[in-house]
Amino acid sequence: MIDLHGFGAQLLAGTMVTLQLALAALIVGLILGLLGATAKLSDLAPVRLLGNGYSTLVRGLPEFLVVLTFYFGATDILMAIASQFGYDDYIEVSAFAAGTTALGFIFGAYASELFRGAIIAIPPGQAEAARALGMNRRQTFTRITLPQVWRIALPGLGNLFMILMKDTALVSVVGLEELMRVTAFAVGRSKEPFTFYLTAAVIYLVLTSIASYGLRRLEKRASLGVRELSS
Amino acid sequence: MSFQTYLDMLPLLGQGALLTIQLLLLSAVAGLILAVPLALARVSRSWWINLFPRTYIFFFRGTPLLVQLFLVYYGLGQFEAVRESFAWPVLRDAYWCAVITFSLHTAAYISEILRGAIQAVPVGEIEAARAIGMRPRQVYARIILPRAFRMALPAYGNEIILMLKASALASTITLLDLTGMAKTISAKNYMPVETFITAGAFYLVITYVLTHVIRYLEKHLHPDRKEPVVIVG
Repeated sequence: MIDLHGFGAQLLAGTMVTLQLALAALIVGLILGLLGATAKLSDLAPVRLLGNGYSTLVRGLPEFLVVLTFYFGATDILMAIASQFGYDDYIEVSAFAAGTTALGFIFGAYASELFRGAIIAIPPGQAEAARALGMNRRQTFTRITLPQVWRIALPGLGNLFMILMKDTALVSVVGLEELMRVTAFAVGRSKEPFTFYLTAAVIYLVLTSIASYGLRRLEKRASLGVRELSS
Repeated sequence: MSFQTYLDMLPLLGQGALLTIQLLLLSAVAGLILAVPLALARVSRSWWINLFPRTYIFFFRGTPLLVQLFLVYYGLGQFEAVRESFAWPVLRDAYWCAVITFSLHTAAYISEILRGAIQAVPVGEIEAARAIGMRPRQVYARIILPRAFRMALPAYGNEIILMLKASALASTITLLDLTGMAKTISAKNYMPVETFITAGAFYLVITYVLTHVIRYLEKHLHPDRKEPVVIVG
């Protein structure tokens, strides 16, 4: 067994922070993705432009650059907004909050394309039928469209989540005590970089493997009652 | 922020962009060269030939690029044998570490793309090649690989653009690529948001150019493909 020089517990704690970061960013990303998709499908041209601009821009930029911008810029941006409301004190943004927003922002840009594709893949007749039955717009969306959007978008969302899990490592550079940063700390103490970075790699492998197993289960569940194409 | 500040950062960011492009081209070519044998081994039916590419791909796709980069740059120095070997001058250099890691990383993804393309070559063409007496090696060199490369090109283009964005991590091992340069500049002018956004614009321009180069290649490799007919009424 490899000698972790007593850093095992800290690595575990770092892994927990990594997981929290990934899940928090997932929630932010899903919300932004749905908002982005609705914006893209809006009747209003400026709203459409906003939605398309968001995903085109963010998808064209390196994830690392986005994380850096959010981390160094969050304070500036928030303070600029706050001063509009007459609040002039210094606002400090935690690394966790900046990391969650940055990763969620990236996830949302890709997810908005997925959601848009899924929404237009649903036959319009279904929404018309729901309306004919007397459902209002919101009911039609939450009861008819959304459950199917979920099923259609899930494989793509799964891919995005795997990428998100790995992107959490980027947040270590801006000072969050997640797996990668704890590892770097252990490396500094033990002078055994290979041992510790390899350990971190194995932990990430375990996380991504569990995630991909969970996603397969979710996909099965989301497709209950859907006939499979037999060949 | 004044116009002058932007003027001051442009040449520096341009230098960073050159390094980014260099890293990208080296790893895209090296990755493709590594990916061919990996993909060929991956389509093999015997599990022991299959085992290495499978493990390789699992590792490189399942772990963050940052971990891989640190494993190569910081990790290898842990071993006396590496530090005393002829390869140390190369492995000590952040530039080569970045090139090596990026190539190994992207090779895992490209080999999966190639595998898909190889498996998509119509069976009839392979049978026809065999029927006219080609040996297995000839079938691969003349029929399967050229076909697979053409089919894989759009996906390979995607991978190059993903790699362009991933190359920003070179800045974490002291390299002054586009992102590294932006970090350095923002530490001096105290305007991180403006500086990072300008660097972002450089990335968008590079992506735009790359997309067009790839599209040109696609057309060039399919001279017989007909353009969709546009009827102007």
